[in-house]
This record gives sequence, structure tokens and C-alpha cells, in this order.
Amino acid sequence: MTNVVTLKINDQDVSGRDDETILELARENKIPIPTLCHLEGLSNIGACRLCLVEIKGMNKLLPACVAKVQEGMEVYTDTERLQKYRRTILEMLFAEGNHICSACVSNGRCELQRVAQKLGMDHVRLEYRYDNRTVDASHERFALDYNRCILCTRCVRVCDEIEGAHTWDVMGRGVESRVITDMHQPWGESETCTSCSKCVQVCPTGALFEKGKAVSEMTKRKGFLAYLTSMREGLK
Amino acid sequence: MFVEEIHKLAEQELEARSTLKNRIRVCTGTACLSTHSDQLRQAFEQEVKAHGLEHICKITGGGCNGLCAAGPMVLVEPGSTWYQGVTPADVPEILQSLENKPIERLLCNPNDPFFARQTKVVLNHLEDIDPERLEDYLAIGGYNGLLTALNELTPAQVVETITKSGLRGRGGAGYPTGLKWGTVAKAIGSPKYVICNGDEGDPGAFMDRSLMESNPHAIIEGMAIAAYAVGANQGYLYVRAEYPLAIQRLQSAIKQASKQNLLGDNIAGTTFSFKLDIRLGAGAFVCGEETALIASIEGKRGSPRPRPPYPASSGLWGKPTLINNVETVANIPVIINNGAEWFANIGTEKSKGTKVFALTGRITYTGLIEVPMGMSLREIIYDIGGGIPGGRSFKAVQTGGPSGGCIPEEYLDMPVDYESLAKAGSIMGSGGMIVMDDTSCMVDVAKYFMEFCMSESCGKCVPCRVGTSQMHRLLEKITDGDATIDDLALLEELCDMVSSTSLCGLGQAAPNPVKSTLKFFRDEYMAHIVDKRCPAGVCKMKHAEVAR
Amino acid sequence: MSKIKLATVWMDGCSGCHMSFLDIDERLLELAPHIDLVYSPLVDYKEFPHGVDVTLVEGAVSNEEDLEKIKRVRQRTKILVSLGDCAVTGNVPSMRNSFGTKAVLERAYLDPSLTNPQIPNVVIPPLLPFARPLHTAVKIDVFVPGCPPSADTIYYLLSELLAGRKPDLNSMTRFGA
Repeated sequence: MTNVVTLKINDQDVSGRDDETILELARENKIPIPTLCHLEGLSNIGACRLCLVEIKGMNKLLPACVAKVQEGMEVYTDTERLQKYRRTILEMLFAEGNHICSACVSNGRCELQRVAQKLGMDHVRLEYRYDNRTVDASHERFALDYNRCILCTRCVRVCDEIEGAHTWDVMGRGVESRVITDMHQPWGESETCTSCSKCVQVCPTGALFEKGKAVSEMTKRKGFLAYLTSMREGLK
Repeated sequence: MFVEEIHKLAEQELEARSTLKNRIRVCTGTACLSTHSDQLRQAFEQEVKAHGLEHICKITGGGCNGLCAAGPMVLVEPGSTWYQGVTPADVPEILQSLENKPIERLLCNPNDPFFARQTKVVLNHLEDIDPERLEDYLAIGGYNGLLTALNELTPAQVVETITKSGLRGRGGAGYPTGLKWGTVAKAIGSPKYVICNGDEGDPGAFMDRSLMESNPHAIIEGMAIAAYAVGANQGYLYVRAEYPLAIQRLQSAIKQASKQNLLGDNIAGTTFSFKLDIRLGAGAFVCGEETALIASIEGKRGSPRPRPPYPASSGLWGKPTLINNVETVANIPVIINNGAEWFANIGTEKSKGTKVFALTGRITYTGLIEVPMGMSLREIIYDIGGGIPGGRSFKAVQTGGPSGGCIPEEYLDMPVDYESLAKAGSIMGSGGMIVMDDTSCMVDVAKYFMEFCMSESCGKCVPCRVGTSQMHRLLEKITDGDATIDDLALLEELCDMVSSTSLCGLGQAAPNPVKSTLKFFRDEYMAHIVDKRCPAGVCKMKHAEVAR
Repeated sequence: MSKIKLATVWMDGCSGCHMSFLDIDERLLELAPHIDLVYSPLVDYKEFPHGVDVTLVEGAVSNEEDLEKIKRVRQRTKILVSLGDCAVTGNVPSMRNSFGTKAVLERAYLDPSLTNPQIPNVVIPPLLPFARPLHTAVKIDVFVPGCPPSADTIYYLLSELLAGRKPDLNSMTRFGA
């Protein structure tokens, strides 16, 4: 049973259903909240922490992608504190990988790049890690560049939740975490991969791409997800 | 009928003991085993056999008495004579002394403040129990709590008793146990589950390990009572695989309990059924976090998820789930047996009962202790722990592991309870207490804990995954003598950012050791940064390869 | 309005940022009356002068000479601008960082297919272990990401600085632009 609730986002009165997330309601009302791990049509995991919002009277920040709206809630999506944290999160991602934007297939079409520009993150104060990361080009049609992976796990989720293959998963801990195919075989040797390319299309950066694409040439087509979701919702 | 049968088993055990002239218990805890108490026990058995004394002198195992530093420990009954540091060579002498006076040079004084100042609730009777024998547990009144709950109390009354007792979670956060139970009991959904969190992972902590190894039946009994109270029929004991002895003893205890119908279908002839299974953790610290632990039991990668929903409403396989820590669970049978008021009389206003601590580091008596909440740090460290060895001076005590903080000398008279520790910038945590003297560098200590968090971060959320490695790098620069004042400012900024934005408790608390050392030992940081000098002489200062 | 003293410096970069600067084209004439170009690869001065108002630096800090130079530039400049991705992020020059200098030099200069394989070590300043962004070596006042930043961005940057304002370049440029 769902109820209608009224609340405030950035002092603006809004109404929604109590099974909606803060992110859903904010976007319905054209209030922007930056995200990276979230993608409509996939489950939400609250991992990138970009969508954290402040709630009046609450010490803890809540991830808008999973936190449900509540009656009388007063949400702030763009305070100075949040802006600062978000920029630091982006700095962390840029310092962690080797994102050389100018030499990337997704240059100009990358979600990480876009969010960084939008939030005014114009340089990284943190020390770059310069890890020696590899590229898995063993698949016939696609490749994985670990230098550009931000571990949003959209590939893991789309493969599991939409394609049903669960080829992708995560191994390792901390900064050593990596997405892997099957039991860490080369992608091209995966027995479960159906080569459907869903992972490539949902990847926000140039980490997963189609072979044969040069700098700035990789356009991701995420439209299928909205289509599949609407078909699935329609069946309910 | 059933209750009588269980009581009969207990009586039989006591009767069997009364025919013996002497009983000798050799500690079978991990610490004593590491000093070869197993060989010692064999030596006792052979010697007894050689003299044909088997019928009047029985050799058995025993649980931990806490003074791990002095092992192997041996208890001789009657008379409750404790010997410490016993070797197989001492065995003939001990057996000969049974008729005469105890052996002075091996004596361990039970009136020593280490023992006398403790209040044992969950560690009580451990030395009286051979962890491999159900009969020993029954002989001290074991499973009476469960039988009382099942036969005389409604589930709601059990919850009420726990609520009244004021027991709070011993895993670290101190959430009121009764409130948690009540929430799970009221939660809509079926089936429900109870989980016991035995994934103790803080460096220097071995409270839960000792409990599981020394008194496995108490954990089982506590879980069964919890299950009855919240309406669960399945329980999981999540134990880290690095505790093989605990696992083995819990496994055999589950078998013994099931055989006596203290677990399984229609326990004690009632309508209550409860099955208990062990699940092993594969060494990830983060699996001590409840949502990660649940994921791990489900067979998934052990990474946490945002709460709410809390496990109480949506836990294991999306069902209402009660998760309690080992020590919390071990308190349950005692509370049921002795009553909520009895328990609430121990401790302080807001922190009831006792707390088990693992005393380690620069302290005379390394070991396991149990004290009433509210005892001062000074009493714990100096009276019970025997103070700092080697004529050195106290510098700080670290509580709460990688999520805790370092408490300096000026707080030594502070009472140890949840609120006071939090006020001093640390946490109760699970009970690890690492004592440091003036040979420790506090920046180095902070770096150690940060390295721990960095390598134990699950990697799911950005602030913890990258933030811990960035903070560790900054601390490394400081201890290398390469850091600037700007680096310190960045470190402080990251402390705030990582604790405010991380997904789970691991990341949220990871900056705590840095925050607390910065608060109390800022001059040490400054000495490293400005003077390029480590006051404790621990850090090897080297010059940067790339000058800034 | 008195002229400002402008300098431009080229370190470990491809000179694309300088090309983009020249791409301001006829608008350079607009700027010229207000600018005194005191040091630049585009002009002939050999010594970096004192009292420079604005210095645009292209490229990463990659070798010992770069490091020495950027420190000197910082000392003698009021407003130091990190121009382009190599200066701001390390960009392409930093792609060597995960391999180590030894491996990179050997791969480039000791390949058996070369006729006279040898690692150059005379006159050439030794490489630092990492090619780093400028702000890891000195304090930077304005960051202008882009590979290269467009002529419009650079024109806007200079017009704003001439007007005594700190330019907000966020909407005009980004990493990789």
C-alpha cells in the first residue's frame, strides 16, 4: 500500500508516493542531483555517493537513489557542503584510475567527464595513484580498459539483472577491486558472455567500448534499458 | 518430563565428580594451546594412568581464565588451586602435591587484583567447563535459561526481560538489545532469522574467540532464547574461518545439543523448533558489518548495502533478521537465569552489565578480563592489567579497533561506558584494548590502523575505497618526513569527508584513529611535518624523491 | 590602462596549447595593445624576467629542468595559469607514470630494431620518476583544463584577467576538451 506524501526539496513543495526515492521525485520535479552508479532500469546500490543529500534535522547524509521520501521531509540537494564532498569524490575517481580524457574513446561523451565539468572540478588535489592497469582486449568485439573503470558496477548489474548471464562480478578489495568476467578469465574466453553488449552500452566511461572506435568515437546507447524497463513494468 | 531429564544429566555429572578425589583442568583456549597445553594435558593423563589413579583423579580440559600471558594455566580441584606457566616437567610434582601443600613456585594467586577486581558474568565458570562436554555446561546450570524461557515465559516476556535488563549490543555500537529484539518480533514477514556475529576482526581483539572456544553452549543457548523471543526457527552462527578451534567446538556443541533435543524440532517437548547452522567468513573484515555479513551468508560477495531498510525488517533473504554479537548472545542465558534487575544493578545508568576486554600491547598482564561498565581506564590498566612493564610510561590506550580512537593519559580516570568513550573521541567497540607506552609514535599508530582499513575496505563506495588509500598515503608522507602543512589540512578535510560520505560503518569510522590522535597528539604530527623528526624515534625520516 | 606583462612557458606538452593561443587569430590584435609579451617560445627572450603579471604554462613537470623552471616562474609571476590538460592533470605525458622511467626509456631507446640503440644522457635533463601536474610543484592561481583549451577559452581567459577578474571557465572547457 502506498501513500501520497508531501515534502520539501530545496524549500520547494513537492508531492510524491512514499515508495519513491528522493532521486526519482527530485528528477520528476527537474531538480538535478548528480549520479554515476545509478542508472534507471537497474537496481540502486548507493555506491558512488554523488547523490548524497542533506535532510533537515538529520546528521547523516542520505543517498538519494535509495532513500525513500517521507511525509514532511525537508531535503537539500545542493548545499555548499554537498558540493564540496561531490567534488572530492570526483577527484578521488580521477586520482584512482588513469583517466587520460584526451586519449579516450569516450572523450566528450563520458558521464564522469560531464559530471566533473558540471560540478566545477577543474583539477585534482589528491595524489594520482598511477597504478599499472591493464586492458582486456580478448573479446572479439569489445574491450575493457581498466584504466578508465570507476567500479560503478553498472556492467555487473545489467548483465545479472537484465541479460541474466551474470558474466561480470567484482573481485579484490579496496583500491585493488576490479570487475572481472566469469572466474577472472579473459573476457574472450568467458563461457557465459552472450556478447549482447549491454555492459558496454551502460558503462558511463570509456572503460567498456566497442573495438575499432578511436578517440571520442564511442557513443553509448542506453535507450534499450528504458525500453526494456517500460516493457517489464507494463507486464506487472 | 524433559526438564527433569536435563537436570538428571547435570546431577549425574555432579555425582560422577563427587566420587573423584581430584579433578585437574588444563586450559584448552587458543592462548594456552599456543604454549602447548595439549601436550601438558597428555602428560597429565599419562602420569595419572602410570600411577593407576584414573578412578580418583580426572584430567579434563577447561575454558579460558583470562590470564593468557601466564599460560598454560592449570586448575586443581578441590581447593581451586591455580597454577600458571605449567610444563610437562611439573606434572609429577603437581600430582604428588595433591595430598600435600600446593606448589609455591607455580601458584597463581586468585586474590591478585587481576582476578579479584573482575566481575564475571559471561566469563563466569569458564574454567569449570570442558568446552567439548555438554555435561560440564549442564553442571553449572546450563540451558536452564532456555528451559525457563520456553516453559515459563511468553516470547513477549522474554523481550521485556531483555529490555528491562538494559543490555546493549556488545559488537560496538551499543544499540539496545531489547529494542532490537522487539523490532524483529514485531516485523512483518516469515520466516524470520537470527544470526550471531562471530566475525570478530579488530586487531588485538579476542573476546568472542575465547567465548566461542570456551563456552560454545552458552552461545547456542542464547541464540535459541533469542529465536524463541523474536519468532525465528532458523539461526546462523557466522564465524570467521580463522577461528578453527571455535568452529570445531561450536560444531560439536551443536551436535550435542541437537542430540539432547536442546536444538531441532519441538525443543524440550514444546512447539518451538530451532535449527542452527554455522557459516564461515572467508577473512573479510567488512563481513562483520551486518549487511555485508548477510550478503555473505546468502552466498554473495560480502559488501554492505545502504540502510534503511535495516535487517530487522529486511535482512537475510529479505526477511526480518536479528543480528547480535557473540558477547551479547552470551549475556542472554545469564539474564534469563538471574533476572533483569540483577543485571541492571551491574554497571552504570546508561551502560548496564559488564564488558569483556582483550588487554594487549604494553601491559603487564595480557589477557581477557571482564569488568562492570563504568570502571575507570586507570583501574583496568593499572589495577587489573598490572600497569606498563619495563618502567616505561603510559602514553595512550586504543579502544574500538580500527573504528576507535586513542585515549591519552588525562582521560584515564574516565569511566568506561558507551557515552564516555564516545565523548573522548573513541568507541567501546567490541572490546579490544591496546595499551601503548612512550615508545609508540601516534602518527605511526594512526597509519597502521589506516592501512588496515585501506586493505579491508570492500571497494564498493568511492570515499572508503579511494579515501582510505589517500589518507594512508598522506600519513605515509608524514612519517617519511615528506609532508607539508597543506598535506595535514588535506588529511583533516578527508577525515571529515570520508566519515560523512562513506556507505557503511567501516568507512564512516575509518578516520577515527587519525581524528583522535590529531586531537590529543597534534604536537607529534607537527614534529614530523615541521621539524622532520619523530619524537618516539619510530619513523625513519627520508627525503622525498621529488621535491615539492 | 597600463600594459600587463604576459609570459608563456612550454614544458612537457605537445605545444597544442600554444597553437590554440595563436588560434585566437585577429582577436590577438585586440589584445596586443594591452599586453607586453615578455617571455614565450613565440618570442626571443632567453631569461625568464622578474615581475611578470600573468604566466600561462603549458605542459607537465617531467624532468629536473621543468621543476627548476616552474619554481623560478612561480617566484617571478603574480598570476600563474595552468594551461591545458598536461599542465592541469599530467595528461598524455603522465601515461608513462605507471611503467617507471627505466622501462619507458628502454622501450623507446634500446629497441633492438634501432641502428644505434642508446639512452640519451648528455645535455638532456634527467626525467623525474613521474610526469606531474604543475600544482603538485607550485601554487597555481587559475586552472584551464582542455586538450587543448579552445582559442575562445584562452581569449576569454585573457580578457577576464585583463579586466582584473578571475575567470570562471567551467562552462567553456573541461578535461579532454
